[in-house]
Amino acid sequence: MVPHLVPVAERAVLAEFGEAATEAVHQAVLALDRALRDRPVEGQLEVVPGMVNLLVVFDPLVTDHGAVADALRARMSALSGSRGAGRLHEIAVCYEGAFGRDLQAVAERTGQDAEAVIAAHLAGEYRVYMYGFAPGYAYLSGVPEALHLPRKPAPVRGVPAGSVIIAGAQCLVTTLTMPTGWWVIGRSPDRILTGEGARPFLFDVDDRVRFRRIGEAEFRSREAGA
Amino acid sequence: MREAVLRIVEAGPQCSVQDGGRPGLMRFGVPASGAMDRVAMMLANRALGKAPGAAVLEVSLGGLVLEVEQGALSVAVAGGGFVIRCGGLSAGSWSVLTLREGDRLEVRRGPWGAWCALAVAGDVQGEGWLGSLSTHALSGLGGGALVAGRRLVIRAPRLVPERAIACPVWARPRGEVALVIGPQERFFPGDRLEALLGSRFRLTDAYDRMGVRLRGPAMPPEGALAIPSEPVLRGSVQVAGDGVATVLLADHQTTGGYPKIATLVGSELDAFVQLRPHAAVAFRAVTPEEAIAMVRLRAAALARIMDGDQGRTGGGAAWG
Repeated sequence: MVPHLVPVAERAVLAEFGEAATEAVHQAVLALDRALRDRPVEGQLEVVPGMVNLLVVFDPLVTDHGAVADALRARMSALSGSRGAGRLHEIAVCYEGAFGRDLQAVAERTGQDAEAVIAAHLAGEYRVYMYGFAPGYAYLSGVPEALHLPRKPAPVRGVPAGSVIIAGAQCLVTTLTMPTGWWVIGRSPDRILTGEGARPFLFDVDDRVRFRRIGEAEFRSREAGA
Repeated sequence: MREAVLRIVEAGPQCSVQDGGRPGLMRFGVPASGAMDRVAMMLANRALGKAPGAAVLEVSLGGLVLEVEQGALSVAVAGGGFVIRCGGLSAGSWSVLTLREGDRLEVRRGPWGAWCALAVAGDVQGEGWLGSLSTHALSGLGGGALVAGRRLVIRAPRLVPERAIACPVWARPRGEVALVIGPQERFFPGDRLEALLGSRFRLTDAYDRMGVRLRGPAMPPEGALAIPSEPVLRGSVQVAGDGVATVLLADHQTTGGYPKIATLVGSELDAFVQLRPHAAVAFRAVTPEEAIAMVRLRAAALARIMDGDQGRTGGGAAWG
C-alpha cells in the first residue's frame, strides 16, 4: 500500500494510507510505524499513528520534507510485513450499579438484556488501535457487532476516570474525568496511566486486550490497593 | 538559605508551572505542553543563567500576585508587556528583579501580550510527570496550576544583578502570521482558502492553553463530517463543521476529527499567542520550503542571543 505523503508546516510529513478506516489501511499504518521504530529516519522526532495515517514529526534544522518523504518511501518498499503478536492485557471491569450507568440503555437499544450485553463485551477481542484525544486515551477496536451503537446525541458531563465506554466498534477505558457521548457500561480499577516511570502507559499500539468481569467488592479492594 | 518559599496570593485562570515540555509522547495521547511563549521562557531562564527549558511560572492575562515567605532570590520576567510591582516600585516584562523576604510581587496585564514567563534563580520544586514540570491543563498533571494559597519551594535560590533583558523585535505579535496550507485542504473549496488568506480574523475569548477559536468568515469543510480522527500539531488550524476555525496550542488534543485547513509555522507560534482576545490577525501562506527557511533563520537568531554575552553583563537598573 503506497501512502500519499503530505507536508505539514515546517516540521512533519503526514503519510495517508486511505480515507476509510479499514483493517488493511490500519495494518499499513502500523507496519510503517514499526519500521520507523526499528529504523528511524534522519531527524525523526516522533511518530504518531492515527487511524488511516501516520504523522512523522522531524527536526527542520537537520532535515526537510523531501528528505523525510524519500526515506519514508524507502522504508515502505522494504517493509517486513510481519505483524507483532502484541502483548495481551487483561483489564478488570465491574459492570455493577452506577459503574454501568448506561448498561440498561445499551441493552434496550440493542434488543437484549444487560447480561447479554456484558457477555458480548467480555467475548470481544480487542486491539489497541491508537491513542488520541487526551493522555492515555487508548482506542480499542473489536467491540462485537451486537453492541454497535452511535454516540449519544449530546455528551454527558463528569464521567469518572476508569469508565469503560463504547461507541460503534470502539471501546475505551478513560483516564480523566471528562464529558463523553459514548455509552458507559462499566468501570475498571486498572490504570492506563500507570504512574510508573519505566512504563507510564499500560498499552502499546497494537497490543491485545481482554476484559475480565469483577464484582464491586473486588473493584473496591483493587482500587484501594492501587 | 537553601530554600526560598513563594506563596501565591492571587492567580488568574491558567497560571501554571511550565517548562520546555514533554515532546515525543503524542503517540500516547500526550501533547508536549510547555510554555505558551517558548522564546519568553528561554530568554527569562537565560537571563538567570539557567537551562533554556527550566521550569517557570507562566502568568496569563489574569495576572499573578505572590509573596516571598522565606528567603531572597532573583526573578526574571519575559514575554508580553506585563506590569510588575513590588513595594513602591514598578517595572515591566523583560526585567531581572530582586525579591527579598516579605516582598509582594504583582504581575499584571500591561500594554501588550497575553502570557509571560517568570523564571526564578533557583530550582522550582514540584512533582514532574513524564519527565517534565509542565502542567497539562486538562488533567492537571505536572507541576500544577498556580492557585491562591499554594506555596512553591525554590531550592538553592540565588541573587544576580538587576537589569533589563533585551526583547527581540520578533517576540512581539504581528497582525500577519505565516502558515502552510494543509494537510487536509482537499475538504475546502477554493473560496474557503481565499477566505482564510484574504480576510481579517479576530481571536475570541475562547482562548486557553489548548487553543484559540477565531472569529471570521465561515469556512465550512465539505464532505468531511466523518473523517477518521488523525494526529494534529501545535499550530494546526482545525475547522469544525460550522466553519469556525480553532488554532490548536500547547495543550492541544493529539488527534482531531475535524479537517485541518492549514498549520501555523512553528516560529510564528510564540508571537501569535501574545495576541489577545479580540485582536485582529491575517494569514499569509508560505510553502513548506519557505517555512523551513523561516524556522532556521529564527533558530539562528535565537541561538545568537542565547550564546551571546548578554546574560553576563550588567545593564541598567530594571526598576523604573
